[in-house]
Amino acid sequence: MKRRTVLGGMAAAAAGTLATPLRAAGDPLKVGFVYVGPIGDLGWTHEHDQGRLAVEAHYGDKVETFYQENVPEGADAERVLTQMCLSGAGLIFTTSFGYMDATLNVARKFPNVKFEHATGYKTAPNVATYSARFYEGRAVIGTIAGRMTKTNKVGYIASYPIPEVIRGINSAYIHARKVNPDVEFVVVWVYTWFDPAKEGDAAQALIDQGCDVVMQHTDSTAPQAVAKEAGNVMTFGQASDMSAYAPWPRVTSIIDNWAPYYIRRVGEVMDGTWQPAQTWEGIAEGMVKIGPMSERLPAEVRAEAEALIEAMRKKEYHPFTGPLNKQDGSPWLAEGEVADDGTLLGMNFYVEGLKGSIPS
Amino acid sequence: MIRLERRPEPSRAWTAATPILAVALTMLAGGALFAALGKDPVAAIRTIFWDPLFNEQFAAYSRPQLLVKAGPLILIAIGLSLGFRAGVWNIGAEGQYIIGAICGAGVALALYPAESALIFPAMVLAGALGGFLWAMIPAILKTRFNTNEILVSLLLVYVAEQLLASMALGAMRNPEGGGFPGSRNLQQYPSAHNPELLANTGMHWGVVAAFLAVIGAYVLLNRHITGFHIRLAGEAPKAARFAGVRPNALVVFCFGVSGALAGLAGLFEVSGPSGQISIDFNVGYGFTAIIVAFLGRLHPLGILLAGLLMALTYIGGELAQFMLGLPAAAIQAFQGMLLFFLLAVDVLTNYRVRLGRGEVAR
Amino acid sequence: MNLSGISPEVLIAALMVASTPILLAAIGELVVEKAGVLNLGVEGMMIFGAICGFAVAVETGSPALGFLGAAAGAAALSMLFGVLTQFLLSNQVATGLALTLFGLGLSALVGQGYVGVTPPAMAKLDLGPLGDIPFFGRVLFGHDAMVYLSLALVAAVWMFLNRSRAGLILRAVGESHDAAHALGYRVVAIRLGAIAFGGACAGLGGAYLSLIRVPQWTEGMTAGAGWIALAIVVFASWRPWRVLLGAYLFGGVTVLQLNLQAAGLAVPVEYLSMSPYVVTILVLVVMSSGRGRAALNAPASLGRVFHATT
Repeated sequence: MKRRTVLGGMAAAAAGTLATPLRAAGDPLKVGFVYVGPIGDLGWTHEHDQGRLAVEAHYGDKVETFYQENVPEGADAERVLTQMCLSGAGLIFTTSFGYMDATLNVARKFPNVKFEHATGYKTAPNVATYSARFYEGRAVIGTIAGRMTKTNKVGYIASYPIPEVIRGINSAYIHARKVNPDVEFVVVWVYTWFDPAKEGDAAQALIDQGCDVVMQHTDSTAPQAVAKEAGNVMTFGQASDMSAYAPWPRVTSIIDNWAPYYIRRVGEVMDGTWQPAQTWEGIAEGMVKIGPMSERLPAEVRAEAEALIEAMRKKEYHPFTGPLNKQDGSPWLAEGEVADDGTLLGMNFYVEGLKGSIPS
Repeated sequence: MIRLERRPEPSRAWTAATPILAVALTMLAGGALFAALGKDPVAAIRTIFWDPLFNEQFAAYSRPQLLVKAGPLILIAIGLSLGFRAGVWNIGAEGQYIIGAICGAGVALALYPAESALIFPAMVLAGALGGFLWAMIPAILKTRFNTNEILVSLLLVYVAEQLLASMALGAMRNPEGGGFPGSRNLQQYPSAHNPELLANTGMHWGVVAAFLAVIGAYVLLNRHITGFHIRLAGEAPKAARFAGVRPNALVVFCFGVSGALAGLAGLFEVSGPSGQISIDFNVGYGFTAIIVAFLGRLHPLGILLAGLLMALTYIGGELAQFMLGLPAAAIQAFQGMLLFFLLAVDVLTNYRVRLGRGEVAR
Repeated sequence: MNLSGISPEVLIAALMVASTPILLAAIGELVVEKAGVLNLGVEGMMIFGAICGFAVAVETGSPALGFLGAAAGAAALSMLFGVLTQFLLSNQVATGLALTLFGLGLSALVGQGYVGVTPPAMAKLDLGPLGDIPFFGRVLFGHDAMVYLSLALVAAVWMFLNRSRAGLILRAVGESHDAAHALGYRVVAIRLGAIAFGGACAGLGGAYLSLIRVPQWTEGMTAGAGWIALAIVVFASWRPWRVLLGAYLFGGVTVLQLNLQAAGLAVPVEYLSMSPYVVTILVLVVMSSGRGRAALNAPASLGRVFHATT
């Protein structure tokens, strides 16, 4: 590794000075985006691209954005990043967890380029990380689900057993149980982020098992369509608003809203104040947005949800506030205690009351 | 009326000329596609075919990357080509590639953080063995139960993918990774790392193995009795029986070699350019290698060139995407076109085009 | 094991819907392979059908026209494969894979304007009181028209192959193109027809996803269904009814494993996720063991290039 580092460093130093001259005043800042899916996925990647478009709209010809979609994680990502750097990018957003090591490798070779890695945990002098507190949104839809379910069974289509997803399940469950002690969550792991047919099958299975609320942590609208077909089943938009299914089954949504952050960070690079922070923002900062609530929700449920949103907007309420026990009954948070970000980021346990086990 | 007349021998002149003709045709058709998308066709074509090799801004970096990208394609395709010649259909190299990576990385992760010069060779063995054993499942089901090998090898890809996800999330998860999926990065484990052997050449052990495989396959096919048997079994199955070729042994041999090579490709990838076992570790090399094998006409040297050409379109395509804002889909369609033209003009190598009436194929 | 939570009628009804895209694509590919042509481009044709059907349905407002458009579009795409393999005598395996690549790319380009659009809904088939019969009502009479069409197609293909002269000729072409040619049959024309039929069926399967199952257009939405369809044809040993069996088996295990998860069965999820593939392999092993080569039923000329010398 040492040899590799030295050689790589030398090569990079040469390449770096050669290919990334300091930006002359008046030149547009080149901002690159690396996407894991197609921009037309209507989910994760689509929302990041909306952020990119917002940057363009905000800064006009002071920026030049470019992107690459469908970039596999690993070696291909490293090449794409390097080529972006060589083409003169000043700031690059890498929008998937799997780009973490590739981002750091390339960042080491191009110290003049700034990197922003989504959902990761490793930083460097020129690498910042950012993510959204989606669990705040889950608290809102959990509350609505707890109020609205008649069968007391809430279905949850989960992608992979990673902290991000587990956090969402816990948050939704805690808040559903708070307003409805009898509620039960049924989690189905589909082991994919995006497979419309499989997501649809999973939704169907949940509905067949008696769930009348289906939440999803996958990107396609197939579960919405299945719920619509079933008639009396409620859903929530995920990643994007999925308003095509409003007012029913989609009653509200958790929207990834990257635009404010992207605009802010691009501005900081422009005026030289950019710092490699670890950003984790939620409803308060606008990174997580709750979509319009359907008229089909009773007014008091809507009011309750709005109050919860407002409390989180003012940072008066944290969704993981004690008393909370882990699934095995061992205490986790004492009365009034708030979970620390470290535990949340690496969350790998269910809270008390959830059934089943997390696959590993 | 146009008709085709089989040449007694494939034309040497056309063998050399058809790839150039195909690329030229692709440039025309692809240029039209890009123009239809509102992009400058000349710039797009230049970015895809010329810039990765000669653009002063990129070439120093992207030229070596050709080898990194082509290495696994060639290594896998060489193995597959033996089977395809013999009529043994291993469609599941992608799965063998995954299992090779899992086994090889497993050795490294089990030994972490011990440092020893023996670790990497042990990983290489484990990777090859993993791919070999995974390929033995369809091979043995075929020879023992007559189960179709296309189906078994293909479906085992999906099983391997599930296994990969389970490894990345469970057994091989980085204990220092904060609960996130993915193993330790082998690039940061010196004894397990498959580094760039010479700076800025892209050469790593996987590329070396690919070149060795090309040479080995060439020798096997031209100088060795097994190679003769493979060719015979594919071209004249009945004659092969009389010549003493045991079909079952051939199935096992072809699957074994292609599985081991695919496993090696996975191991070199996970220990080098990719670095870690992750949910989406595999990116389709095993399937693309099937195309590479046929583009190279199942000939070792042809496969070498086809692998490099495919790698060029990948890397050039990436450049074109962010330099010109071409959608990834346009590059995919463009690659499809290139393959179509390469396959289509091949007819000129083996057949003479005759104009006029005569014996028209009914 | 607690299976009480899973009702068989619900399961069967769900698996029929889940299996339909694969079934449609597989029954088309079966005819193609029976004619001696191996087209590995099913995935590409499926997704192209998905976007063609979607676009036509959105533009005309008619899902039925959408399905027609899907069939026509995917059949047109399959003709690329047809021309290359039948006239230019290219290798079928490589051409099929190239078709998949091309189809995935082309469909995404065509679909750029249709992201986020909602297609017109397919009118529900109302079979009146039939739908209220216990058990059978839901299993047999509770579906959309395409489910019945897919079943009808299986029957029709079986009839065609085994009970019609045209089917006999098609099989003859697949068994020995040289002999069929010598008998005066137009091998290339017959194969082109089969390829177009296969394309049309794959297109219908894709459109079933984009118009009924999901219903929406997103890039890569077939997510590998075409490959499963290919595997099902082999699984079926090139017999139409076994294609139905294979597709329903695969779809059934997929649905069952999700239902088992939802019912809280304590089996590790990763094994459940593998189960559709593993079960399909195991069933095929059981079915294919202990029989001679004849039972394999593969068309003898499958994948071989045909060139008329006389």
